[in-house]
Amino acid sequence: MSDTITAAVTDKTAPTPAARAAHDASTREASAIAMQGLHKRFGRDTVALAGVDLAIRAGEFFTLLGPSGCGKTTLLRILAGLEEADDGRLLIGGRDVTDVPPHRRSVNTVFQSYALFPHLSVRENLDFGLKMRGVAPAERKARVARIAEFIQLGDLVERRVDQLSGGQRQRIALARALVCEPDVLLLDEPLSALDAGLRSQLQVELLRVQKRLGMTFVFVTHDQDEAMVMSDRIAVLNGGLIQQVGPPREVYEHPVNAFVARFMGHDNLYPVTGRCGDRLTTPLGELTAEAAGSGALLLIRPETLDLLPGDGAGTNHLPARVVERLYRGSHAEYRLAVGESTLQATVNNRGRHLPEVGDRVTVTVAPEDLVTLSE
Amino acid sequence: MSYSGVIPTARSRAMVREARHLLFTVAPGATWIVIFLVLPSAYLMAVAFMTNGPYGLPEMPLSLESFRRLAGFGFLGWSPGNLYTLLRSLWQTLVSTGLVVLVAYPIAYYISTCRAKWRPIMLLLVVVPSWTNQVIRTFGWMNLLAPGTPLSSLAESLGLIAPNMGLYPSNFAVTLGLVYNFLPFMVLPLYAAFEKLDTAQVEAAQDLYASPLRAFWHAVFPQTLPGLLAGIVLVAIPAFGMYVIPELLGGGKGMMLGNLVANQFSGGANWPLGAAGAILMLIATFVGLFAMRRIGKRLGGGEEVVI
Repeated sequence: MSDTITAAVTDKTAPTPAARAAHDASTREASAIAMQGLHKRFGRDTVALAGVDLAIRAGEFFTLLGPSGCGKTTLLRILAGLEEADDGRLLIGGRDVTDVPPHRRSVNTVFQSYALFPHLSVRENLDFGLKMRGVAPAERKARVARIAEFIQLGDLVERRVDQLSGGQRQRIALARALVCEPDVLLLDEPLSALDAGLRSQLQVELLRVQKRLGMTFVFVTHDQDEAMVMSDRIAVLNGGLIQQVGPPREVYEHPVNAFVARFMGHDNLYPVTGRCGDRLTTPLGELTAEAAGSGALLLIRPETLDLLPGDGAGTNHLPARVVERLYRGSHAEYRLAVGESTLQATVNNRGRHLPEVGDRVTVTVAPEDLVTLSE
Repeated sequence: MSYSGVIPTARSRAMVREARHLLFTVAPGATWIVIFLVLPSAYLMAVAFMTNGPYGLPEMPLSLESFRRLAGFGFLGWSPGNLYTLLRSLWQTLVSTGLVVLVAYPIAYYISTCRAKWRPIMLLLVVVPSWTNQVIRTFGWMNLLAPGTPLSSLAESLGLIAPNMGLYPSNFAVTLGLVYNFLPFMVLPLYAAFEKLDTAQVEAAQDLYASPLRAFWHAVFPQTLPGLLAGIVLVAIPAFGMYVIPELLGGGKGMMLGNLVANQFSGGANWPLGAAGAILMLIATFVGLFAMRRIGKRLGGGEEVVI
């Protein structure tokens, strides 16, 4: 589902491939980010970053994903210059900015709390960065007007910030950073304070803005759905270390370890207790896998499972009993008992029979859909 | 019009109930204010317009004599003495309040950055000196600043004062005493402002290319403005009317308006003149408060700053 939204939005708003390539060539050097061995420690015992190496490409929507305390916000703050790394180097556009203070970096941030200046009007807020940079008044005026138009808040510019709704503040915070036309835009969970409906609307808006401007966005979130919808690539962090970097599909379908799998929402993880060629022994029974890798854990994604009524036999056919069914309209989520183990399955609602709680069913999975990963 | 006889009755009954309610809740406070503020002020006002009697006590008839004398017109023609006292009071208030702000700002900021468990102790350290009587503390400064003390000798050797003059008595000693005395009254409201400072705004300013100094001016200062204004009111008004510190540290040339007023009441000198002086102080204070409100409104971006 996430892929279809991304594709639709991309189709509508992306520059032509040629234009994109030209843009990339001209700005790649100017806005690519390289982090080399970044360490950060708070106090004596709290390790926020334990050696982060990461390269972010120009024009990319890059997401730092992880639970609270994983170091993602610290990493973003180091990018902004609001925090200093204990060790390591940071390059933005090929220039070493490790020791450059925040006000001398061509990087702007959208803060989680928005951090708008309450004693200034919307216009003055939008104008702030340009004024501090010493842009000429006439150009400032034009750029503020253009950005207010761009985010469709042109009629609010004379308002005070405390007269705005949460969604409007969010847009102003985004515009205040965008108007400076930074090499990199940093976003620290900018949507977390909004309710679900507004949130998904602004996700799409944010994505369109990024594609239209072709600007490098570094986005921090703890919400894996949000990360998958928005990102070109995702870095999953835990314990101050990067666990996996890749496009959303890769991270979701081929997580490298149990942490990433669980964080991406997977529950069907089973230890592989025996292996003979393609045949794996698991608590569920014997399963045949194709190119599943040599990891010690088997991952079965719920949406790869099919439920057949009654008993059946064949490759990767497992007898199961329905323990719980959550009907969600477009699909149903099942909890199944397979021997002593529990298995989650998601079944699309195509109008066919949906087994009831207590029914005996046969679960099947294609061998190529099984992957293994390390602990 | 046809129902006008019905509804107003119900409404007026409700109004009576509300008025009774108001009477019970407001009456005690109002009584207190009338007895201890309104009546004495009215008396003071009346005294100011009366004639000075043989023992310095007010007598009839009413006259403007006190205000004439306050303005400097005496038996020997006009003298600038009282005018100097007024200007000195204003100047001392301005300078000492300014210095208090400069000293209190970093202290309040520093305390707000300390670990939470240390903050109450640091605040206590700021407040503890004021647990001692003001007169005693001021006597302490006399001993520190008198001629021949280390501080005075140091100032002498640096050529800041004439030999054997001492730092006390002087206008400098009065300023020092005022700054020392009123520091806690500025630190506390400023600390309260710093403690709830939204640091994200400061970071946003830095992120938007503001140098540290400009980030302070655009993101820290506006946030601490209410505390600062409250502190200025708490310091400037009592400093303007201060009696003890100029009396003890100022000598004959360090007199402030408070001393002028006090001298007219003590020593049996001239009650009506003292009352006129007190009224002048009151007017000056109101003018100052009004000006502060205007400044606060302007700097606060139209936001009402309550003081």
